[in-house]
Amino acid sequence: MKFLKLPLAAATLALATDLAGADFARDIEPILIKRCSECHGPDQQKAGLRLDSRAAALKGGKSGKPALVAGRPDESELFRRVITPDPDDVMPPKGYRLKPDEIARLRAWIEAGAEWPETDPRKHWAFVKPVRPAVPVVKRTQWVRNPIDAFVLARLEREGLEPSPPAPRRTLIRRLTLDLTGLPPTPAEVDAFLADRSPGAYERLVERLLASPHYGEKWARHWLDAARYADTNGYEKDQPRTIWPYRDWVIHAFNRDLPFDRFTLDQLAGDLLPGATPEQVIATGFLRNSMFNEEGGVDPEQFRVDSIVDRVDTIGKAFLGLTIACAQCHSHKYDPISQREYYQFFAFLNNDDEPDFEVLTAEQRAKRQAILEQVATLEREAMTRDAGLADRLARWERDATEPAGEWFVLPPDDWHGQPGIKLERMSDHSLIALAHNPGEATYVVTFRPPLAHLTALKLEAIPHPNQRAGGPGRSENGNFVLSELTATLATHRDDESLEHRLTLTNASASFEQPGFPVTAAIDGTVTNRTGWAIDAGPHRRGQPHQAVFQFAQPLTVPTNLVLRLKFEQKYGGAHVLGRFRLHATTAASPPPADRVPPAVRAILAKPVAERTPAEQLAVFSHYRTTDPQFAELNRQIDSLLAQWPTGPRTLVLTNRVEDRRVTRIFARGDFRQPTEPVAPGFPAVLLPSEPPPTLARAGQREVAGGGDVAADHAETGREDHAGPGNRLDLARWIVSPENPLTARVIMNRVWQTYFGEGLVTTPEDFGTRAEPPSHPELLDWLATEFMHQGWSFKAMHRLIVNSATYRQSSRVSPPLLERDPYNRLLARAARFRVEAEGVRDIALAASGLLSRKIGGPSIFPPIPDGVMSLAYGAPMEWKVSPGDDKYRRGLYVFWKRTVPYPGLSVFDAPTADFACVRRVKSNTPLQALTTLNDAVFHEAAQALALRIVREGGDSDHARLNLAFRLCTGRPPDAVERERVRRFLTEQRAYFENRTAAAVRVASTDPAQPPPDVNLHAVAAWTMVARTLLNLDETLTRE
Amino acid sequence: MNPTQEYLKLVTRRQFFRNCGTGLGTLALASLLNRNLLAAAADPGATTDPTLPRPPHFAPKAKNVIYLHMAGAPSQLDLLDHKPKLNELDGQRVPESLIQGERFAFIKGVPRVLGSPHSFARHGRSGQEISSALPHLAEIADDICIIRSMRTDQFNHAPAQLFVHTGSARLGRPSLGSWVSYGLGTECRDLPGFVVLVSGKNGPDGGTSLWGSGFLPTVHQGVQMRSKGDPVLFLSNPDGMDRALRRQTLDTLEMLNREAFQRVGDPEIVTRIAQFEMAYRMQASVPELMDLSREPASVHELYGSEPGKSGFANNCLLARRLVEKGVRFVQLYHWGWDSHGDIKENDLRYGMVDRCRETDRPAAALVKDLKQRGLLDQTLVIWGGEFGRTPMNEARNKDGWIGRDHHPHAFSIWMAGGGIKPGITYGSTDELGYFVAENPVHVHDLQATILHCLGLEHTKLTYRFQGRDFRLTDVHGEVVKGVLA
Repeated sequence: MKFLKLPLAAATLALATDLAGADFARDIEPILIKRCSECHGPDQQKAGLRLDSRAAALKGGKSGKPALVAGRPDESELFRRVITPDPDDVMPPKGYRLKPDEIARLRAWIEAGAEWPETDPRKHWAFVKPVRPAVPVVKRTQWVRNPIDAFVLARLEREGLEPSPPAPRRTLIRRLTLDLTGLPPTPAEVDAFLADRSPGAYERLVERLLASPHYGEKWARHWLDAARYADTNGYEKDQPRTIWPYRDWVIHAFNRDLPFDRFTLDQLAGDLLPGATPEQVIATGFLRNSMFNEEGGVDPEQFRVDSIVDRVDTIGKAFLGLTIACAQCHSHKYDPISQREYYQFFAFLNNDDEPDFEVLTAEQRAKRQAILEQVATLEREAMTRDAGLADRLARWERDATEPAGEWFVLPPDDWHGQPGIKLERMSDHSLIALAHNPGEATYVVTFRPPLAHLTALKLEAIPHPNQRAGGPGRSENGNFVLSELTATLATHRDDESLEHRLTLTNASASFEQPGFPVTAAIDGTVTNRTGWAIDAGPHRRGQPHQAVFQFAQPLTVPTNLVLRLKFEQKYGGAHVLGRFRLHATTAASPPPADRVPPAVRAILAKPVAERTPAEQLAVFSHYRTTDPQFAELNRQIDSLLAQWPTGPRTLVLTNRVEDRRVTRIFARGDFRQPTEPVAPGFPAVLLPSEPPPTLARAGQREVAGGGDVAADHAETGREDHAGPGNRLDLARWIVSPENPLTARVIMNRVWQTYFGEGLVTTPEDFGTRAEPPSHPELLDWLATEFMHQGWSFKAMHRLIVNSATYRQSSRVSPPLLERDPYNRLLARAARFRVEAEGVRDIALAASGLLSRKIGGPSIFPPIPDGVMSLAYGAPMEWKVSPGDDKYRRGLYVFWKRTVPYPGLSVFDAPTADFACVRRVKSNTPLQALTTLNDAVFHEAAQALALRIVREGGDSDHARLNLAFRLCTGRPPDAVERERVRRFLTEQRAYFENRTAAAVRVASTDPAQPPPDVNLHAVAAWTMVARTLLNLDETLTRE
Repeated sequence: MNPTQEYLKLVTRRQFFRNCGTGLGTLALASLLNRNLLAAAADPGATTDPTLPRPPHFAPKAKNVIYLHMAGAPSQLDLLDHKPKLNELDGQRVPESLIQGERFAFIKGVPRVLGSPHSFARHGRSGQEISSALPHLAEIADDICIIRSMRTDQFNHAPAQLFVHTGSARLGRPSLGSWVSYGLGTECRDLPGFVVLVSGKNGPDGGTSLWGSGFLPTVHQGVQMRSKGDPVLFLSNPDGMDRALRRQTLDTLEMLNREAFQRVGDPEIVTRIAQFEMAYRMQASVPELMDLSREPASVHELYGSEPGKSGFANNCLLARRLVEKGVRFVQLYHWGWDSHGDIKENDLRYGMVDRCRETDRPAAALVKDLKQRGLLDQTLVIWGGEFGRTPMNEARNKDGWIGRDHHPHAFSIWMAGGGIKPGITYGSTDELGYFVAENPVHVHDLQATILHCLGLEHTKLTYRFQGRDFRLTDVHGEVVKGVLA
């Protein structure tokens, strides 16, 4: 068993490499920080001892004995205590004992004089900009295909190790196809590659795969882990959200090899780029992948703050390899990041709105344009044709003067929403409803109007980017239905027994949706059917509206009383007000609601002669709706507008304009304890001590093809000396060549995908506590090369997979396993179980069921009954996708955060609760149950059996070849062939006299067994297919 | 002396020294030491089978845990924390000063005090005060420790449940059960070490994250056993395939995988073979475990359970069977305690009484049953919700139903068994039951105490992630010595 073999191996490796003389930063400091500093560091000094500087260690603690005596381990208390056999004396007192190699390193270090350089965290290797290292000189030059190999080989030669021989070509094509596309190669693809003996065959294969549209799917999945992509909002309600357009954007970004600096800018600040395209706006979904809590009774601000905390954490992990999130509550314990710097970083992300953005195809955009043009043409024709129009228009304009009368904003005094809705007041005295959105709602708002003799109230429904479809209502299309508005005079703001009902009358509105007149809001009946609504069709959503209600008698609110308004909204489907504001007037004859839209009103203010043709058209466009003579024209135009195409709305970010937030340091990370304000800023340790001129043009590429990033910057015209301020500045800083972390962090993750582990084994943490890289020069070379190559992922993939290092065999001999159990030295290729999506994709591909369609809404494969009912509240409808959609790649499976799809989560697909840059690769019995029995895998076994029987020829020999090749990419060897043939014989014997069982095993739907085949044979082959689909080799990338 | 040998000798001695008389089988201990320590010498936490039993930090009192979570948060003021003052002041507005700056989930304005519709009496030799709504609990008053001074930071269900079970209100941290599985492993080789059973109309608000493993390896996550469909997902063979066929498949699979191992030498293949075998054993052991028909009638009478049915009573009986098999951590959820009084189902006199009827007898039966089997000493039982409920009537709809809003400042739980002092009431609240008056027990303290009973020091049970040593109790938590036996 493997765990019996490892201990000696690790010890031997360590002893062999490090005894020559330990290096403090590499070998000793990590031990002291990890094992000693908690009790003997800056925070605590047990027994009066500190072990964070040489001077303190030489002095020792209360015992008076020096902890360290240079050159004499046996007299050093530090050393004596780690080796003592006495359980009461031994250090560290908790956790595991120091490992033998750690002890050996300590001894070697003390013997060599206990060199302890003063450390400056600014000099930590990862905080210093990578400098392109020289490619090392090696002995075995003929092995080297590119510089990567030179770095790897140099280390191997130092260690006295040989690289492994190249993997067989069959293994290479399966490895490459899985690594670059996530799918196994087809037998035909394998044959073609094996047949191509000409030079460059391998390189051509690489190019074919990099050009495959499935490349984008495979590499998007890795990025989506870091982006914590999911299809629901998380927490109790865990409602579905639409953000798959972002997922598709990532796929296409990889397929078109969008340079990583642009990739970063688009995702962090696409909306802020000059002339932002819809795609760039969609890309900001990256930050929107945070969860949010819509549970009843929650404070929206608490979870808004949490989502920003999540965004800081995500950027830290995904781009910077920095555990900046640790500084939320207190300054970082190990890395030089203060709590203030944390909130400065937070401030970059704290001034956004969170709209949903309608995604249209090019055809839809064209269609909209065409409709608008047709409408305009019809209107222009009508304007020229109608001789009497000018007179009628002038008369209308005269009558349509703005209703006179002054309105005063009524600031709300107290407000609440039921059930469990928290209204927030904005600076313009409007109230906005966020988070919990239960479908029906009642708002109660009280006022202390300062004026006497109020004659009417005006209710303004105001759009806001944080509402669905932009509001002003909270329904899917931004609508609301005000079922009933009641006004009362009340004595105490909470005592309903003493309320005096006021009569409202003469209601008018800017617009009334047919069937939902504003009078219904004061008709005294509270039903779920009647009320005032404002939807004017898909082409006119997101507009402000207003309604005016007169008091039957002028109202004067005595100073000891309040005016209470109750807004009952019972229609359901979240048809409730999203943001609203109240005004009052004392005009003797109160003006009705203005039916002229604000934009038209602005034009009307100009003299007719000064209006442009477009403005004249806009006026007419509104006017015609009021003139019965245009009934036919209106009908024609309405039917055109009825064809207005609409698209899904995906979550994006936009810069917040109204009520900008001041970011404050939260004491102990608690949003209820804001302290001093901070401005956006970068952690000082990551800034060059003297900002070089390049930082102002951060993101500028060093090679041809770049430069546009800097150009964008010039266009935005920001004042650079004013300091960084928005997400665009943040994004530029991240991809600045001066940023020491980004390129290293990204290349380390790419490396990790190919070799199982990164050169830095903690891809999320490059800080001072992280293990140093196994091949520091290689990492720096890759990072600088990435930037030299214009941040091209494909260029770097090409480089890595063409290297001799990558092409090695993954077979491992016992001595090599013992010498280097974790393959840190790279004397072989990595061998690992494919990721969750790959497990599914391989089974579907081998069986021929796989649908290779790319992109679109997430899909719903079959799941066992009762899985979704685990979700809180009404079980989510999990309607199995029709047709081929249920056989699409794992990447497209609908991801519900609180009940993730079991077939993927069991194979360590991350929950998407937070950013994940390194997946666990577990090996559990539940996985075995899944691949054996999950309906998806069983269906794959049945389909594979049919495929074998139909396409595999007539002989068992030929059929077995096909079966093995579909699953593993190779035919069976003689021993395997014999074993499986014996198994097949057993199965045939079993099913021979069990027709019913055979039908059930061979058919996905026993009522409709596959036609034209011998079901006994298919049943037996289904058992074989199932076995082969469960082979370790089938699930493994070798 | 070779440093490796020297080291192993020391560690082995030290571990034996620590584990003397812990109640773990000596044989099991010896075998686990051999297997784990060798591996641990290479790199603790890596490459060994992470579910193998591991020694605790110190001698434990309990080996197993059964946690009965009452999702929705039961009203302490109507069940375990008797406040006569509430009945005295019933219907009066609370002073505004009391609720100044308070955040409520649903209450608006200045609410009124709500007396309890249930009476309280003293029970057992210990004289514990228990509500008339829990008559069966009253019978085990001398076996349980009531904590009346619980506190939490959260007052919405999902975050508060996450807080109780993961120590954090955000999704994504490892759960209590997975920490225990990580810390102690499991002695049971044909069942998972952390099992979850859910009953009630809904699952708990926090979803499967409540038993997730967060950043710990996924082998530590809770495995839900279900009473409908496959008790464990994908446990059953596909239609038409019997156990003999499955055996033949696995035999062939194993032979082929073994040959692959000979060829490529990857030890992961050996692990995979073992996991297929474990899956095969689970196919037999889980249905056997879930089959309650062989339990005698007297047992069903005790619990109120019924073979073939689902519900909290059956789950309590299953919990006992699971700990008998050596399953380390059994987590039950029963939903429906959210007694707002907005509808009849959430009224303290109706809906809550139904919840009591569903849970009281089985929960008490579990403690009695464990006790008579001699298992209570080594099994820690915890009963409680995610927060408390307000002393005030929520009166959301003004339609006469009575109920209480969410309340984080004070609530009550009970504990029994391994390591816990029986027959005591710990902590108290003020006259109104609004704030804790003495001996506050924060959620992190409860977590520290549970780990302590299992022989785990909560500050030492850590996992390195993102450059930080994470723990269940974050940077908080103190063992509540006053409740320890």
